[in-house]
Amino acid sequence: MKTSSTNESDTNNTAPTTYYQFLEISVRELLIEKGVLSAEDIRNAVKEMDSRGPELGAQVVARAWVDPQFKQSLLQDAPSAVKTLGLDIGPVQLLVVENTPEVHNLIVCTLCSCYPRSLLGLPPDWYKSREYRSRAVREPRSVLLEFGTDISDEVEVRVHDSTADLRYLVLPQRPAGTGHLTEDELAALVKRDSMIGVTEVCFSAI
Amino acid sequence: MGGLEAGHVKPTEHDYEFWEKNVDAMLVLLTSKSPKLMSVDQLRKGIESLPPDAYEKMSYYERWIFSITQALQYNGVLTTEELSRKLEEVQSRYETEEV
Amino acid sequence: MTPLFQTGNAVRVRKGSPPGHIRTPFYVRGCKGVIERVAGEYRNPEELAFGRFDTPVVPLYRVRFQQQEVWPDYQGNPQDSLDVEIFEFWLEPANPEKT
Repeated sequence: MKTSSTNESDTNNTAPTTYYQFLEISVRELLIEKGVLSAEDIRNAVKEMDSRGPELGAQVVARAWVDPQFKQSLLQDAPSAVKTLGLDIGPVQLLVVENTPEVHNLIVCTLCSCYPRSLLGLPPDWYKSREYRSRAVREPRSVLLEFGTDISDEVEVRVHDSTADLRYLVLPQRPAGTGHLTEDELAALVKRDSMIGVTEVCFSAI
Repeated sequence: MGGLEAGHVKPTEHDYEFWEKNVDAMLVLLTSKSPKLMSVDQLRKGIESLPPDAYEKMSYYERWIFSITQALQYNGVLTTEELSRKLEEVQSRYETEEV
Repeated sequence: MTPLFQTGNAVRVRKGSPPGHIRTPFYVRGCKGVIERVAGEYRNPEELAFGRFDTPVVPLYRVRFQQQEVWPDYQGNPQDSLDVEIFEFWLEPANPEKT
C-alpha cells in the first residue's frame, strides 16, 4: 500500500510529462516560495494520508462487534467513540450506520467523492466513477449485485448520499460462526468494501 | 450525476501517484488554514464548470489541480503572471533534464 | 440559528435550479421526505463556492425519502430508502396527509 516516494518531498519515481503534472509542480513551488505553505506541511500531509487505510475502519468495526457499549456510543456519537480507541479523525462529522437483518446501508457521493478518508484512506477509483455515482442512488440493488451482494427482498436497502458535511461508515453485520475469534482476528475479516456497504463480511471456517 | 443512465460499475482502482497525493495534500492544507485560502466548494464549482468533453478527458486529479489553480487565482493567492512564468520554467527544466 | 424542523417532520425539497454551485441533488428537488435528524449547522456551500468564507452557518438536515417517491419506476422493496443531507433553505414544510 505505502509507496516509498513519500520519504522525501521531491522524490518522484517517474519524471513529470503531462501539462497537469507541470501545473502541480508550479503551484506547489509558488505556494512554498510565497510562504503560503511549507514543503514540510505538504510532506506531512502526504504522510498523514498514507497512514490512513481501511485497517483503521476495521479496528472500529471489530470493537463494535465485541463491545456493545462501544457500539452504542459509536452509533450515537462516532467522533467521540472513535477517539476512545486512540484514533484521531480531526474535525470530521462522522456518522456510522449499522447493517442489521432488517436494513442494509450503502454509501455514495453523487455530487463528488466524499468518503470517510480518516478511517478508510483515499477512495478506490470505482467509488469516484460516473457509473457508481449515477446508479447507486437509483438502482442500488443492481449495483450491489455487480459487487456480488444479493440483498433479500425483505431487507430494506438504505442509500446514504453524502451531499454535504457528513461522512459515513457502514458497520457491517458480524458473520455467523465467529464467536471464537479474537478482536484482531475479527478486524482482519473486515474489508474496505463492506464499510462502504457494497459487500458483506464473509467468514468460512476451514 | 445521481440517477443518470450509466453502465456497469467496474471495480477499478490504482495506487495513487506521488503528484496526485501532492495535489490532494495541497487541497487539504489550503482549505484547512485559518483563514482559508480556498474552499472545498470552490474546488467542486471549478470542476463542475468544466465542459463535458474536457471533464471526460481529464483524470480525477487533473480536474483537481485545474480547479485549485483557478481558485487560487480568483482568491488572489497566486497571480496569472507568476503562474505563467513558473510553468514555463518548470516545463523547460524537465525538458532539459530529459535530453 | 434555531432549526425550523425537527426529526419526523414532513418536508418537501424546493424545485428551483438557480445558477451556481448547489449541493442539493437534482433528483430530490420537488420530492417529499421526512427529517431523519438535525445534522448540525454549517456554512452555506453556495456562498463558500464563490469565495465567501464567513457567511453565517445554516441548519443542515438528513432527509429520508422513499425510493418510490424519488424514482416512480423504482424496482425493489417498497421500504427501500434514500437519506440525503439538505440545507434548511432548500426545504419547506409538507403536509404529511397530502402527496
